[in-house]
Amino acid sequence: MSQYAALLLAIPLIAAFAMPLFGLIGKKIRNSWAILTMLATVAAALILVWEVLTQGTIIYAFGAVDPSLTIPFDSGGVPIRILFVIDAMSAFMILTAAIMMFAATLYSISSESEQTGQDGYYALLFLLMAGIFGMVSTGDLFNFFVFLEINSLAGAALAAYRIKGGVAVEGGLKYAFISTVSGLFFLIAVGMLYGQYNSLNIAYIASVIDFTGLSLVAVVLMIVSLAMKSGSVPMHFWTPDTYSSAPSSITALLIVSSMASLYAIFRIAFSLFGLTMNVVTVGWVIIILGILSMFIGVSMALPQKDVKRLMAYHSVSQIGYMLVGLGVGLAVLGDQQMLAQFGVVAMEGGIFHIINYALYKGLLFLIAGAVIYRCGTANLNELGGLGHSMKWTMGFFIIAALAIAGIPPFNGFASKLMIYESVFVFNPFIAVIAMVVSIMTLASFVKVFHSMFMGPKLPQYETVKEVPMPMLIGMGLLAVLIILFGLFPDLVVNTLVEPAALALIDRSGYITSVMGGI
Amino acid sequence: MQMSSIVKTTADVLFPFILIYGFYIIIHGHLTPGGGFQGGAILASGVLLLLLAYKYAESTNVVRQVVMKSLESTGLLLFIIAALSAMMLGAGFFFNWLSPGGILFGDIVAYGSGTANLNTGGLIPIMNIAVGIEVVGAISVILLALLSGIKEKI
Repeated sequence: MSQYAALLLAIPLIAAFAMPLFGLIGKKIRNSWAILTMLATVAAALILVWEVLTQGTIIYAFGAVDPSLTIPFDSGGVPIRILFVIDAMSAFMILTAAIMMFAATLYSISSESEQTGQDGYYALLFLLMAGIFGMVSTGDLFNFFVFLEINSLAGAALAAYRIKGGVAVEGGLKYAFISTVSGLFFLIAVGMLYGQYNSLNIAYIASVIDFTGLSLVAVVLMIVSLAMKSGSVPMHFWTPDTYSSAPSSITALLIVSSMASLYAIFRIAFSLFGLTMNVVTVGWVIIILGILSMFIGVSMALPQKDVKRLMAYHSVSQIGYMLVGLGVGLAVLGDQQMLAQFGVVAMEGGIFHIINYALYKGLLFLIAGAVIYRCGTANLNELGGLGHSMKWTMGFFIIAALAIAGIPPFNGFASKLMIYESVFVFNPFIAVIAMVVSIMTLASFVKVFHSMFMGPKLPQYETVKEVPMPMLIGMGLLAVLIILFGLFPDLVVNTLVEPAALALIDRSGYITSVMGGI
Repeated sequence: MQMSSIVKTTADVLFPFILIYGFYIIIHGHLTPGGGFQGGAILASGVLLLLLAYKYAESTNVVRQVVMKSLESTGLLLFIIAALSAMMLGAGFFFNWLSPGGILFGDIVAYGSGTANLNTGGLIPIMNIAVGIEVVGAISVILLALLSGIKEKI
């Protein structure tokens, strides 16, 4: 009986709730509490991931004497409790979130040290993480909605945390609106499913599903709402404002929360509906969303002058790769031969890209935050010559920029190559578009690199120093992971990514893990 | 602006009754309509009555923001510790180990119709109380933040 699934939720919550009390005592004690609970959460997450990878899917029933008891004896074969179902895919997302939480919290300790209102900042940060961990591990639709709301409210409050003359409030408000609208869409869809199948448990609904017209409406609402929350193209308009106005460490976490929404799209498409719906159509819709995101995101990024807005548009573009990879997997789900030939590889590429994207995009935002922390501006036309004084930051930037452009030997290359290869077999045009987008990404980051770090030392940045050690450690961890993932992609794919892709495909395995051998 | 002494006296007289009603709603949360949130909101409305009847500067001597913030955190911590306590006993998170047979709120509910027994429910009344503490703190903090923006005319 493993209790780590509950601890994953309990530790961030207790950390968030006690934060204001520790804040009353003193600043040092509050910061130590934040680091301590962050380490405890990350440790619980890592142990949980290890358990899932060695023992298979873990089920946790809340409020039961024995958490592994999913179906009470007197419930008539229906799981009625709130369940956490942590399979290899959820474990993969938990690992991603834990790494980013470690880096962002450590970075915040330094980058926010001069600011006011830090009690609330850390409390909201831990609530945001609790929401993300809940979203990726829950096995219950309504419970997912609750965590989506926790995540959205904490994210909106954090995006508007530093007022900056009202600009940040706009970003936060947009995030709050978009999250509320998507949350309501999702809730209506959940209601439609609940009305038909009398249950909220994903595995139970999947086991009895009979795809009606109402279920089709539910699919559309769920995919639209979650694509909205993850920032895919027709609904991407909030990303530049929100990502650029939030504090940089928070932007890195908002990236993870958009990844959690992306995870939910595929959990719903693969595990909840699977082959009962028309996977070819839904798969192609997701692929088209992906292509549009890739191309429009990168072409909007090229003319940007604000470094964080530029990176925000790139995050729209990168989400396209994951949508394409997993969309191809979904489109060929019904055809065993095509699935074995390239579908699984496309999904592995898409899933591998999730962690790679979180790592390098998080690192890029942390670097942008480091430059703003020292220079006070994000305008590329005003920055310059920072390579003389911020050598470590420049090194990290080179690593992250080459990784996002898909240059070997960094991690972006590994996952993008998997997507190119497999998607080329499916449809060559998509692979060509993906490669063109990659080149445009490189062009855009060459521009950023040149205008931020190259050139002579500017007089107004004469006194600029390297950023403090905790920020460097946070960034360095991500940079090291980017290089390691790029050098040994086989190891990561075999131990983490492949089980995750197979867990998504294996719908009956997901149902059996909750419902028992029915 | 100064409220008349009629308003102040009425507020003073009503305040304890509002508190008692709020506590009643909280403590009977598992038996009757209402519960932690509703009772906490009623308690906070009592606080609002004091804040409106007296000047902001006067009332903040009694209703202090630090105290209210601590109440908020304490309530939330009580809630999560009640949930965690089940885990320390080896059961699942949120397992209701006090009911039936616990020391507090541990009576077994009698079958059939009859008068309700307050001493039942196990962890549920405790969580109601925790939510009540949290809500009175949180709403009071919001009210204090709203009222602090009012400019006094002299």
